[in-house]
Amino acid sequence: MRKECVFSLKNSYRDDMNVYGYSFGKGDKSACIVGAIRGNEVQQLYVCSQLVNALKELEEKGAIVRGNEILVIPSVNHSSMNVGKRFWATDNTDINRMFPGYDAGETTQRIAAGVFQAIQGYSYGIHFPSFYIEGDFVPHVRMMETGFQSPSLANLFGLPYVVIRRLRPIDTTTLNYNWQLWNTNAFSVYTSATDWIDEPSARQAVASVLRFLTRMGILRYTSHSGYIASVLREDDLTNVKTDTAGIYRRHVDPGTEVHRGDVLATVTDPLEGCVLTQILSPTDGIVFFAHGAPLVMEGTIIFKIIRRLHE
Amino acid sequence: MKKDGIIKTVVSVGLPVDERLRVMKHVLQPDTLSGDEKRICIVTGTHGDELEGQYVCYELNRIIQEHKECLKGIVEIYPALNPLGVDTISRGIPMFDLDMNRIFPGNEEGSVAEHVAAKIIQDISGADLCIDIHASNIFLREIPQARINVNVADRLLGFASRLNLDFVWIHAAATVLESTLAHSLNSIGVPTVVVEMGVGMRITESYCHQLTDGIFCVMKDMGIWDGEVIEPKKPIISEDGEVGFANANAPGIFVPCVEHWRNVEEGQLIGRILNPLDGTVQEMVKSPIHGMLFTLREYPVVSCGSLIARVLGGDFT
Repeated sequence: MRKECVFSLKNSYRDDMNVYGYSFGKGDKSACIVGAIRGNEVQQLYVCSQLVNALKELEEKGAIVRGNEILVIPSVNHSSMNVGKRFWATDNTDINRMFPGYDAGETTQRIAAGVFQAIQGYSYGIHFPSFYIEGDFVPHVRMMETGFQSPSLANLFGLPYVVIRRLRPIDTTTLNYNWQLWNTNAFSVYTSATDWIDEPSARQAVASVLRFLTRMGILRYTSHSGYIASVLREDDLTNVKTDTAGIYRRHVDPGTEVHRGDVLATVTDPLEGCVLTQILSPTDGIVFFAHGAPLVMEGTIIFKIIRRLHE
Repeated sequence: MKKDGIIKTVVSVGLPVDERLRVMKHVLQPDTLSGDEKRICIVTGTHGDELEGQYVCYELNRIIQEHKECLKGIVEIYPALNPLGVDTISRGIPMFDLDMNRIFPGNEEGSVAEHVAAKIIQDISGADLCIDIHASNIFLREIPQARINVNVADRLLGFASRLNLDFVWIHAAATVLESTLAHSLNSIGVPTVVVEMGVGMRITESYCHQLTDGIFCVMKDMGIWDGEVIEPKKPIISEDGEVGFANANAPGIFVPCVEHWRNVEEGQLIGRILNPLDGTVQEMVKSPIHGMLFTLREYPVVSCGSLIARVLGGDFT
C-alpha cells in the first residue's frame, strides 16, 4: 500500500486539507474508488476506509493480479466533515457539482480539478455518493444514462438492484458523469445510510467492490456470488407522497415487500397527537427508498416503490 | 385583498408544525382591463441571502400604487421565491440543501422543492417579460448588470439594454445552467432577463433605485406604464472573452486597494491578502487585464481559489 497526497489545499485558520490516495498493486490504472465528497457522508468514508484495510491485507497476500493498480480516495472533503457541514464549509458549494473542475477557478473547482487529475485514466471508477433527500435506500448501483453506461457491468457488483437515472442538466458536473465522459466506466454505489454508520450495508458495499474487482480480473478473492441484479429505471419507481404535514412514523423499511393497501406510514398531528393520515401502498412491490426524518412536509416523497416486484 | 392590487398565493405547502410555506405575489393592474394588457413579472429571492431585490419590489409597489393612473398593463411582483431561505438567511432551500436555481423547471409530481419550482413556472408562464433579480452572494459586490445566455441574446438584448444598467454580460451557454429559472422561462417563450447587482445580505439603495428606474423604462416601452421615466443609461455590452478573472492563490484576509467599477491597468494592484497571525503579505493580487473592475471581493476572508475580481477588458470612460 502506498499513501500519497493527491491534492492539498492551504488554509489560513486551520490545518491544510490534504486529500490522500491509497494505491495497491502496480501497473495499468485499473480501478479507482472515491468515498466521501460531502462532509456528512460518514458511511461512505467508513466503507472506503474498510476497503483500504481489506485491500492492504489482500495486497500483502499477493491477491492483486499482476499489472493492475487500484487507487482508493476515502475522503475529499474532511474540512467540511470536521465541522459538521455537508457542503464546502466556507461557501456552501458542492464539490460533486464542480467536476471536472478548474485548477485556476474557485476553491471547490480547484479541489475537483486536483482530485479529477489524480483519478483520470482508470478503466473503472466507483463512487460512494449520497442522495439529496434524507432517507434510506436498498443498496444499489446507480448509473446515469449518458450513452456510455453499461448495466451488465454494474450487475457484476452483485448488489440487488441497478438503477438507470435519466440525465438532467445538473448531473453534468458530477464525478460520475465526468468520469464517463473521460472514458472511465463509472458506477455510483449507494448504501443504506449517509450520516450514520449502517454496518450490514457497509459490509455489503465493501464485499460488492471486492466482488466486482475480482470479476474484472483485477483481484483474486473468493466471495459469495451476490445477486443477479434487477435493472430498474429511476423514472419507473412509484413515488408515494404524504398529503399531510406532521410527525411521520414509518412502518416499513427499504427492502420490504408490500401489497396494495398496506399501511406504510402514519402522520400524526404534532400538537394534538391524533393520526392525521395513514399512508397506504398504491401498489404491490418492494420498498426501494424510505424517508427517514421524523417530520414531513406536505407533498414529501416518503417512499419509492419498485412496482410489481416480489422478494 | 389590497386596495390597489391583489395578493395571491402562487404555491402553498404545509410544514410539519402549524405553518405553511407560501410563495406570494402582488398583482397590480388597471381598474378596467381590456384583455390586451401586457404582463411583466418581477421575481427575486430565489437565493435567500440575496436581498437587493426586496427593496426594488418595495419601490415598484410604492411608485405604482402612488400613480395608479399610469398603469396600463399587469405587473406581478414576487419578492420571495424561496421565502424560507430569505427568512432563515439561507442561500438554498432550508431542509433540502438545494440551490433553488438548479431545480427548474421542476416537476409537479416530484419532491416538494421540485413541486414548488413547477408551480412558479406555471404561474409566470405566458408573461411578456420576466426580470429575475439576483444580488451576487455575500462574497462579491457586483455593479448593476444583466446576464444573458448567448443563445437568447437576440431576444433579450433589447430589454436588457433599457433596464438602466451599467453592463450587459452575454455569457456562454452551459448545460448546468439549463436548470435555472431564467433558462426554463426562456425555453417556454417568456423572455427573462437575469439582473445581478450589489452584494448578498445587504441592500444598496442607489443600485435599487437605478434598476427600479430601468424597470419603469422597460414597462413604458412595453405599454405597461405611461408615467414619466428617465432616459436609461446605455450599458456596456460584452461577451465572455473580454472578461478577466483574479482568484486568490493564498488564504488570508483580502484588503482591496482599488474601488469597485473603476478602470485598472493590467498588472495593477487590486489588493493584498494578509496573514493576521504572522503579519506577512501572502499575495499581491493584480489585475489580469486592462479594463473595468466590475466584480470585487466584499467578504474579507479568502481561501485558495476565492474569486477576488472580474475585469471587463477595454477602455472605458
